[in-house]
Amino acid sequence: MNRIVRDDGFHPDDLEHGEFLTLERLEAGVEAPVLLQLEPDADPSDLPRHFAWISGIRIHFPNFTDGRGFSLAARLRQLGYGGRLGAFGHLIADQYSQARRSGFDEVVINELMAARQPESQWLAKSGWRQRSYQAHILRSA
Amino acid sequence: MYRYSEFDDAFVRARVAEFRDQVNRRINGSLTEEEFKPLRLKNGLYLQLHAYMLRVAIPYGTLDSRQMHQLAHIAEVWDKGYGHFTTRQNIQFNWPKLADVPDMLEALADVSMHAIQTSGNCIRNVTADHFAGAADDEIEDPRPTAELLRQWSTDHPEFQYLPRKFKIAVSGSPNDRAVTRAHDIGIRAVRGKGDETGYEILVGGGLGRTPMIGKVIRSFLPKDDLLPYMEAILRVYNLSGRRDNKYKARIKILVHETGLDELKDQIETEFTARRRVFPGVNQRLLESLNAHFAPPEFVDAESSEYELRRTRDPLFRTWCDTNLNRHRDPNLAIVTISLKPVAGTPGDATADQMRTIADLAKSFAHDEIRVSHEQNIILPHVPKAFLPRIHDRLKRSGLATANIGLISDIIACPGMDYCALATARSIPIAQEISQRFDELRLERKIGPLKIKISGCINACGHHHVGHIGILGLDRAGVENYQITLGGDATETAAIGKRPGPGFSAEELIPALERLLDAYLTIRLSGNETFLQCYRRLGDQPFKTALYPDSARKAA
Repeated sequence: MNRIVRDDGFHPDDLEHGEFLTLERLEAGVEAPVLLQLEPDADPSDLPRHFAWISGIRIHFPNFTDGRGFSLAARLRQLGYGGRLGAFGHLIADQYSQARRSGFDEVVINELMAARQPESQWLAKSGWRQRSYQAHILRSA
Repeated sequence: MYRYSEFDDAFVRARVAEFRDQVNRRINGSLTEEEFKPLRLKNGLYLQLHAYMLRVAIPYGTLDSRQMHQLAHIAEVWDKGYGHFTTRQNIQFNWPKLADVPDMLEALADVSMHAIQTSGNCIRNVTADHFAGAADDEIEDPRPTAELLRQWSTDHPEFQYLPRKFKIAVSGSPNDRAVTRAHDIGIRAVRGKGDETGYEILVGGGLGRTPMIGKVIRSFLPKDDLLPYMEAILRVYNLSGRRDNKYKARIKILVHETGLDELKDQIETEFTARRRVFPGVNQRLLESLNAHFAPPEFVDAESSEYELRRTRDPLFRTWCDTNLNRHRDPNLAIVTISLKPVAGTPGDATADQMRTIADLAKSFAHDEIRVSHEQNIILPHVPKAFLPRIHDRLKRSGLATANIGLISDIIACPGMDYCALATARSIPIAQEISQRFDELRLERKIGPLKIKISGCINACGHHHVGHIGILGLDRAGVENYQITLGGDATETAAIGKRPGPGFSAEELIPALERLLDAYLTIRLSGNETFLQCYRRLGDQPFKTALYPDSARKAA
């Protein structure tokens, strides 16, 4: 069973049985708000016109060293996406703060990762708002 | 000098605690070796040929005596009593134990230092002109900009897992001493149409196996726009840079494959959007940073002692002639302390030497020290009256070598003696060259000449931009040294060209002797430097000197 990691720790994945559509499928037209799954090479520039039809987005991290998902999340927020945004795939606890600061609300991990890096290791990163140089620059300017 | 704020101090200390925890989590199996690797690299910890190596950041090469004393302390307590200053203005400790590294990082944090982002696929420690704030040709001091970039790039959440490493250099002078054209991004202060200063932005420079000179992507960027523009470049690179082949993953390949104009369009689109979220913040911030780098108060000191010593002491005069640069204040000089003694290891300094340098800076030179990418140490603000005393003290510590800009002032990577990537030795080659030309007493006659040596194709020794570049390769188990000619690291940057096949380690020094003999014969006068001579005549006469047998055959 997958776990969703948020600032207050582990939660069961409420979307485990949800159907995630690809970008192509969404662009073909849908009847009701849907869940969207994005690969890291997705181009989101046309996405704003579909925002009303999206109830949640998850961005795939094929490998934890592939940082495209962080920029993709930041770009989605810059385009005005205000809905639920998750990261899933291979992410480690040490990336939780970067995920949150890039615009993700939550990180979805599998059971193996949850066992190897238990809740305490993720909670240790929940203070991600402190010690952000980028926020510090905006504050001091 | 930049003084840490409470925020900076809390940040580096939290980072030490985090790394201590990461080491423990590696040991208890929470982190796999694969997962631990980028985390240790981001904290400066490499695995070398024989041991771990800790690379400590010296942001834009600037430090004070307290920090230099601490580096000496670290070298003695946790290493073998010395450190190695690098072409990235950093210092490397070659023999730390993994378990000691968190304590070493703690010792660094005690003096407002760190090893953050000195390695790994992220934005590396920002480098700058080592004469910043002292040079007489400066449009502006590049350090406030470099410090702003240090802060912005530190743990930037988007850019910690880039396709490959990313290096930024800043220059404040038309004369480029920061090799801005061989960096992923080069930033040069320029004057706009009014009198306002802004930046020229270069992108896609780099050495390594595919050397490229950076291209101008913005000829004038207003200062306010620096951070959103950097974010735009980095975001486009992070999303589009190649991740399928590490040798094609640098931004220079993206520029090359996408084309500068297309890439520029993508960056401008991203920049327009980014600027709305990250608006004109840095002008005010730069002003507050400028205050940190305000020049020290220079006093008009009596310099007759200096003049007198010059006339009486030829050793001192020679040292002054090679190791001093003009300061913007005529009462002062910029002193370069050579870390290239004859037959020494370029860039190495013992703990005692570090302390000597620190004490001199504190007593005589406004407590400022710089590390140059040429692997020497600079005292940027020295009242001329103190030069005789400084020279005396340097002599006692083996630091008075008078060879700046000459043939023995060689840049060399660590090579086979330390590095896991190296395919040949580079330090011993540098030592042989300096020894041989010292024996021949030709150094001064040859004049300004930059030899740069890399022990593998990754080009850490900058060989592509050496007037004479030497690249050590492995040919079926035998070291082979390729020579390149005509490289240039300055504002007239050029990649050196290979005149022909390489040489064995034994053949290399005689080949260089022939090459330089030829130069001495064909130069117009003693004022024509090797590089000028090469540019005037092309490589033919040098080829003939290097390969006399094939020249005879052809004739």
